[in-house]
Amino acid sequence: MAFVRKEFLHIFRDVRTLVILFGIPAAQLLIFGYAVRTDLKNASIAVLDNARDNVSNELINKLEASDFFTISNRLDSFDEIDATFKKGKIKAVVVFPAEMSATLTREGHATVSIIADASEPNTASLVTGYTSGIMNDYSATLTKQITSGLPVIIPDVRMYFNPNLESHFMFIPGIITLVLILLSALLTSVSIVREKEFGTMEVLLVSPLKPWQIIVGKVAPYFFLSLFNVIIILLMAWFVFKLPVRGSIALLIAECMLYILMGLSFGILISTIVDKMENAIIITFMGLLLPGLLLSGFIFPIENMPKIYDYVSMIMPPRWFIEIIRPIMIKGAGFEYVWKETLILAGMTLFLIVLSARKFKVRLEENAR
Amino acid sequence: MNAIEAYNITQRYGRVTAVDDVSFSVGEGELFGFIGPDGAGKTTLFRIAATLIIPSGGRITLFGLNVVSNFRELRSQIGYMPGRFSLYHDLTVEENLNFYATIFGTTIKENYHLIEPIYKQIEPFKKRQAGRLSGGMKQKLALSCALIHKPRILILDEPTTGVDAVSRTEFWEILAGLKNEGITIIVSTPYMDEALRCDRIALIQEGKLLGIDTPARIRNSYSRKLYAVSHPDRYRLLLALRSLPQVVSPEPFGDSVHVVLRDDADPAEVKRALEGAGLSGAIIAETVPGIEDVFLELMQKEV
Repeated sequence: MAFVRKEFLHIFRDVRTLVILFGIPAAQLLIFGYAVRTDLKNASIAVLDNARDNVSNELINKLEASDFFTISNRLDSFDEIDATFKKGKIKAVVVFPAEMSATLTREGHATVSIIADASEPNTASLVTGYTSGIMNDYSATLTKQITSGLPVIIPDVRMYFNPNLESHFMFIPGIITLVLILLSALLTSVSIVREKEFGTMEVLLVSPLKPWQIIVGKVAPYFFLSLFNVIIILLMAWFVFKLPVRGSIALLIAECMLYILMGLSFGILISTIVDKMENAIIITFMGLLLPGLLLSGFIFPIENMPKIYDYVSMIMPPRWFIEIIRPIMIKGAGFEYVWKETLILAGMTLFLIVLSARKFKVRLEENAR
Repeated sequence: MNAIEAYNITQRYGRVTAVDDVSFSVGEGELFGFIGPDGAGKTTLFRIAATLIIPSGGRITLFGLNVVSNFRELRSQIGYMPGRFSLYHDLTVEENLNFYATIFGTTIKENYHLIEPIYKQIEPFKKRQAGRLSGGMKQKLALSCALIHKPRILILDEPTTGVDAVSRTEFWEILAGLKNEGITIIVSTPYMDEALRCDRIALIQEGKLLGIDTPARIRNSYSRKLYAVSHPDRYRLLLALRSLPQVVSPEPFGDSVHVVLRDDADPAEVKRALEGAGLSGAIIAETVPGIEDVFLELMQKEV
């Protein structure tokens, strides 16, 4: 079809489109994958060791030995803590009490203070969490040594599907979700609106082409390119982040196709209500990026939000798509686990296609007679 | 059967009336021009004729087919060239033409004879992107694209706007050639001098038709004697003429100023008055009215 060929010519002659098409997904993957982390690696902490005995030494060694922390400072007094935090590098200070070992043997417990810089609440809670974890581990072994024979409950925690709590397990499906809807909606709406702006739409409309032929011709290239993008992201996930797809790749691709189709019909819908390319871009970003980022469960779990946001997020396609691809990619879930979400997504897609096809005008503007 | 029959076409946008009760007919094979300033309603009228807008009121048929109800049959018979040349700037000349040929279900080869006189002038640049063509070449390419499917009627919205004088002359010669092929053409232009090239013209202003006739008869319809006054210092001449009681509505026109004299006053009297005002050597002579003069007279009557 000549239309599709023409569209590909547009895409390959326009450097900007190419950058958007291939640069943004890769850049996002690398940014989210490396820079934005919710797991902890080599966080700088300081210790204030008032005890200087075998217990405190052992604990410090354990902290140092873990991948999570680097002990970059040893303080001598409590007064230094404030100044240390103000310098900004140190995320937390672990304070060991004087005569720790003695207190422990005499009273059976001792208190270690963990003082975190909570100006970054996320990091603070991560640091305290990981530190407490290490302390708990250690005291569990102590308990065993000292009070052997007495019944003690020791929690044995295993993180299923993601033993190391790696955050890109969460991000990669999220990025696919976000990139796909943004690209497919953005590129279709812009390419249709561009025809309006350059006046070529007038001639297309006067031609014997039916509206569906114009739409399919405009949309088909972006469908294939988006699919190509999915494959690039998956390959990057596999080779760069060592995250293979555990479930069926065919199922994953099929779900992506459905989702791309939805993004494309979103783009058509946007193009029917705006006349300027800038407006199409603004609407796509405001209407899709922000809700997609915040209300899809990509970064912030929906369960933690007030109920009302939960209901709002139910009309957001990205939410359902994340719930489909996360299980497929990470848990290796089959279709029997995601059919409900797929059905919802398919329903939304159908609704959008019908709506945008009805709104796509065969004329420049309709006037009630 | 006439190529176009339009009855009482009206188009409103909110409180603005872009086209106001316009009726006209165009015969088959006629070259029909709409002459009027920017914002007169030409583009709206042409879009209605090209099946792109449903008018708020009135009825228009092309070859007996209603542009509202029969738009599907009509669309393959219309060659439409919008005001901004509707070309893909990032596609080459050849790709543009090829694309338009394909969407209208034809090939360049099939109707090459029709576009040959126009297209062969731009064919040397066929590998160049359309955005890098000059205005005149863009116009020829857009016309080739509008013609490639052998339409029965060409609807050309201000095809010569923004194009150099030589290309404009060439373009009208091309249109005359197409008319000989039997294609009906309606064309709009803000340039009064181009009106003379049409079989018939309609003068349009603020959505209303001021008159429809052949260019010659439009010119003859001028009701008064018209004089052209000239002097090297045109600005002072215009100021002086405006202050003379015998002179009605002086209008600058080319190198001279066109004037009508009140109650058939003597032109010699005006000459003397001008000399008295320090404009010695001013020449005053009766002249043939141009389309512009008629246009201005009709506009004044309308007010």
